[in-house]
Amino acid sequence: MTYNAGHYDVIVIGAGHAGVEAGLAAARMGAKTLMLTLNLDMIAFMPCNPSLGGPAKGIVVREIDALGGAMAKVIDKTHIQMRMLNTGKGPAVQALRAQADKPLYIKEMKNIIENEPNLTLRQGMVDELIVEDGVCKGVITETKAAYSAGTVIITTGTFMRGKVLMGDLEYESGPNNQRVSIKLSEHLEDLGFELTRFKTGTPPRVNSHTIDYSKTEIQPGDEKPQSFSYETTEYITDQIPCWLTYTNEFTHQVINDNLSLSAMYSGMKRGTGPRYCPSIEDKIVRFNDKPRHQIFLEPEGRDTEEVYVQGLSTSLPESIQHEMVRSVKGLENAEIMRAGYAIEYDAVVPTQLWPTLETKKIPGLFTAGQINGTSGYEEAAAQGIMAGINAAAKVQGKDPVILDRSQAYIGVLIDDLVTKGTNEPYRLLTSRAEYRLLLRHDNADLRLTEVGHKLGIISEERYAKFLEKKRLVEEEKKRLNKIVIKPNEDVNNIITNAGGTPLKEAFKAYDLMKRPELSYELVDQMLPEHANLPVDVQEQVGIQIKYEGYINKAKEQVARMLKMEDKKIPEDIDYDAISGIATEAREKLKKVRPLSVGQASRISGVNPADVSILLVYIEQGNIAG
Amino acid sequence: METDTITAISTPIGEGAIAIVRLSGPEAISITNQLYKGKDLGEVDSHTIHYGKIIDPETEEVAEEVMVSVMRAPKTFTREDVVEINCHGGMVSVNRVLEIVLSKGARLAEPGEFTKRAFLHGRIDLSQAEAVMDLIRAKTDKAMSVALKQMDGRLSGLIQRLRQELLETVAHVEVNIDYPEYDDVEEMSHEMMRQKTKEVNKEIVNLLEVAKQGKILREGLATAIIGRPNVGKSSLMNALVQENKAIVTEIPGTTRDIIEEYVNVRGVPLRLVDTAGIRETEDIVEKIGVERSRQVLKESDLILYVLNYNEALTDEDRKLFEAIQGLEYIVIINKTDLGQKLDLNEVRNLAENNPVVTTSLIEEEGINELEAAIAKTFFAGDIDTGDLTYVSNVRHIQLLKQAKQALEDAVNGLEMGMPLDIVQIDVTRTWEFLGEIIGDTASDSLIDQLFSQFCLGK
Repeated sequence: MTYNAGHYDVIVIGAGHAGVEAGLAAARMGAKTLMLTLNLDMIAFMPCNPSLGGPAKGIVVREIDALGGAMAKVIDKTHIQMRMLNTGKGPAVQALRAQADKPLYIKEMKNIIENEPNLTLRQGMVDELIVEDGVCKGVITETKAAYSAGTVIITTGTFMRGKVLMGDLEYESGPNNQRVSIKLSEHLEDLGFELTRFKTGTPPRVNSHTIDYSKTEIQPGDEKPQSFSYETTEYITDQIPCWLTYTNEFTHQVINDNLSLSAMYSGMKRGTGPRYCPSIEDKIVRFNDKPRHQIFLEPEGRDTEEVYVQGLSTSLPESIQHEMVRSVKGLENAEIMRAGYAIEYDAVVPTQLWPTLETKKIPGLFTAGQINGTSGYEEAAAQGIMAGINAAAKVQGKDPVILDRSQAYIGVLIDDLVTKGTNEPYRLLTSRAEYRLLLRHDNADLRLTEVGHKLGIISEERYAKFLEKKRLVEEEKKRLNKIVIKPNEDVNNIITNAGGTPLKEAFKAYDLMKRPELSYELVDQMLPEHANLPVDVQEQVGIQIKYEGYINKAKEQVARMLKMEDKKIPEDIDYDAISGIATEAREKLKKVRPLSVGQASRISGVNPADVSILLVYIEQGNIAG
Repeated sequence: METDTITAISTPIGEGAIAIVRLSGPEAISITNQLYKGKDLGEVDSHTIHYGKIIDPETEEVAEEVMVSVMRAPKTFTREDVVEINCHGGMVSVNRVLEIVLSKGARLAEPGEFTKRAFLHGRIDLSQAEAVMDLIRAKTDKAMSVALKQMDGRLSGLIQRLRQELLETVAHVEVNIDYPEYDDVEEMSHEMMRQKTKEVNKEIVNLLEVAKQGKILREGLATAIIGRPNVGKSSLMNALVQENKAIVTEIPGTTRDIIEEYVNVRGVPLRLVDTAGIRETEDIVEKIGVERSRQVLKESDLILYVLNYNEALTDEDRKLFEAIQGLEYIVIINKTDLGQKLDLNEVRNLAENNPVVTTSLIEEEGINELEAAIAKTFFAGDIDTGDLTYVSNVRHIQLLKQAKQALEDAVNGLEMGMPLDIVQIDVTRTWEFLGEIIGDTASDSLIDQLFSQFCLGK
């Protein structure tokens, strides 16, 4: 017998990186939200590497921030070091990465959750959903609490039928020996969902006191203070370094000799692991000509001696892990505190979702995060915030929010998942974005603040600041387009010092900035009057002018893409009734049920002729209707 | 709705002396005006036809004398502005006109696209939607199969190799971006990129030269008619030509005595080569000598070997059998209207598995069987290739040009000192254009390449 535990607008199952963003977004949109988690001490826990950001992912963190999410603010407050990557490359691929203080991250995030009005945090294991007439109406916990709800979001990460693998040791478990969720997985199967089995892994952690850092290379953070969030004003100055060392022939020998003992290679494992996050066994087997692999030693926090051995992800038996670790320079006497392991888990085949992350099968039910077949904290958080927004919007009768591929990496991620599916844990890469020149780290606020404000999850104060920045950028561009710089000694000195050829005729300041050697600062020095703008405005003006040609070309492509996105496919379309569509395309279309012709065209197996035929068919319906 | 202007050859080639290049879209008239010498087409009345010349922008010479029809929206087939350029000069010059039109900003129409536009603009009755969809399907499938079948194997191999080189270059840039700390690969430099783009560009320029000579696609299977004097070779040729309304084409830059006749036999485009020799001397072997004729034979895709029903097999006949051994040929035993002196069993033995057809060209008998044998030899029977061969060649040239342009954009970016991740945008576009030529547009290849080429991960 269940007992009635109350009603909420939105219930979030799970409080990992997807869950917290989902809960916060829903609550901030004014929905009365309940967040249920297995363990209140593990909110936003990082079971794998202690870092956030990097190429593509770092941009996602900023996008989440522009939409009012928490990840950026929390990492800004709790990191041990931060670095800007790809500074020698173009503006589109620069990205921040931070090393996190894991325990502090949990503490800070929990604090935010606990203090969010509208958001109730409770410990509990959800066993099943309440589904009435095919619609999700709530959840039932193992303690028989029945909560009714407008919408439910599942963000259970790798917990569903999780299985830890290490050598021949195998046991049911969530990450880091947490309780596993079995019944929910079975329940989803009973409801008719297609589940798949994925795998990921983590390396051992060693005690810092037992590492000889003198044999490794130091990897310090940047000196310049930086932040993910557009709202951060206080910066951490006492950073902690990471350290670099390498595997060697002895390490490889140990692994090769014991390959058959690895859970990965002994045939026990069924799940599909990601190619971009291979175990050390994988690296040795697939790239056996490489004499060494990089190993980064990353502190897990300020107040812990645990050090994450990045690069040694493994499912070898514990005894072999000792041997392997100690073969590495600097780790000769290292003590393993936690052994590495592989984890296998159930994931929902993501083509069963609408681009809102609501399931097609059960209206009112959303899934977000690693359960949808992704990998990475940032990818999880990105889905979480979108699911939270859409779950609240549905309850409140508002329009759903779907970001397109030219708007955000978040849009690329979700579109890829629901349109193409994935046969390995999905990770964002810059190469997945067609318009990455538009999806920059520096303009996430310009791309998304408006969206967040419209939803009410961006404060008026922040919005006013954003509008001011936008205004300053536009005005400065206009100003620079009016100022003419004539060749004189001062001007030409600046140019030749920067490695350029001196001016022979007058140029607009705007056009001069397009020269590769001239930055905003240098051109500013040539001006009679200085605008004295904030650094982020200067940066924005510089990028927008310098790469104008490429940006415009990308925008033209986007305009063409959006034209196809605007051609909506009626939800009740009967693909069997359309004669000319090829069989493979028909099957895919029936499964994915794309919302627009644009989305349809991205399904693999749907070729241009099928798209043309679809267009004609839809037009026919429009005329007839 | 649609904002671009499309164009295509809208008449089936090989079936009429006039070929029409049709344009539809907002720029149809202005594009034509740019390449047309005659009246200002922007000023002429709608639904009028005008005599003039198409000027080749590369040579500034007259490419073709034409009649141009101007039809303004909305009373046109597509309900857009439509221009039809009527050409008379045979295939080569029609293709050239189409290329010029494309170079001025029109886009090559997709299969069935004119009809699709007509439909989307409400020009075609609703009940015909089904037919429109069928048409798109049929034309696309045919275009694909023709394009792939007729593409020279070496050329598609070359394009695949260029694509692989570009893909590795792009993957190299990508690995530098996505794994900036990965130290196993040297950072791609501007100089390395410049070198790579230069190499590929050179090959694309070569390819374009080849394509312009019409060799990228086999525009008709090179077909030789051989046999001793007086067996009926020219009758055979005339029969094929009359039956199939050949277009006689003079190849520019060559002497007049090499005339190629294009005929379309049940969908198999044939290019009857060296036919002048047959016509004038009745004997290719006699004219150019046995050694050279062997060479000609080896370059042929199909040989029509004519024997006389009314004469016994000679040593010369047997020699010719030897000469064509291992090649694709059809034996035609002609003059069945006369008495039999030929040993049919011996002929069948010598012909091994190649088809043997009997005809009386004078009585116009057996031609159907011959045509069926030709079709069967190349397409296992039933594919109607129609005019698509020529269209796909133009399409290839267009894509090669786009690939070249994209690569030039990349080079410009390099010279301007743009970061490599930006230059790479244009390199990727080059790769995509080349992929369209060989029908490979899978976008996941890059990520596959990334993870097979480099050992990445935490």
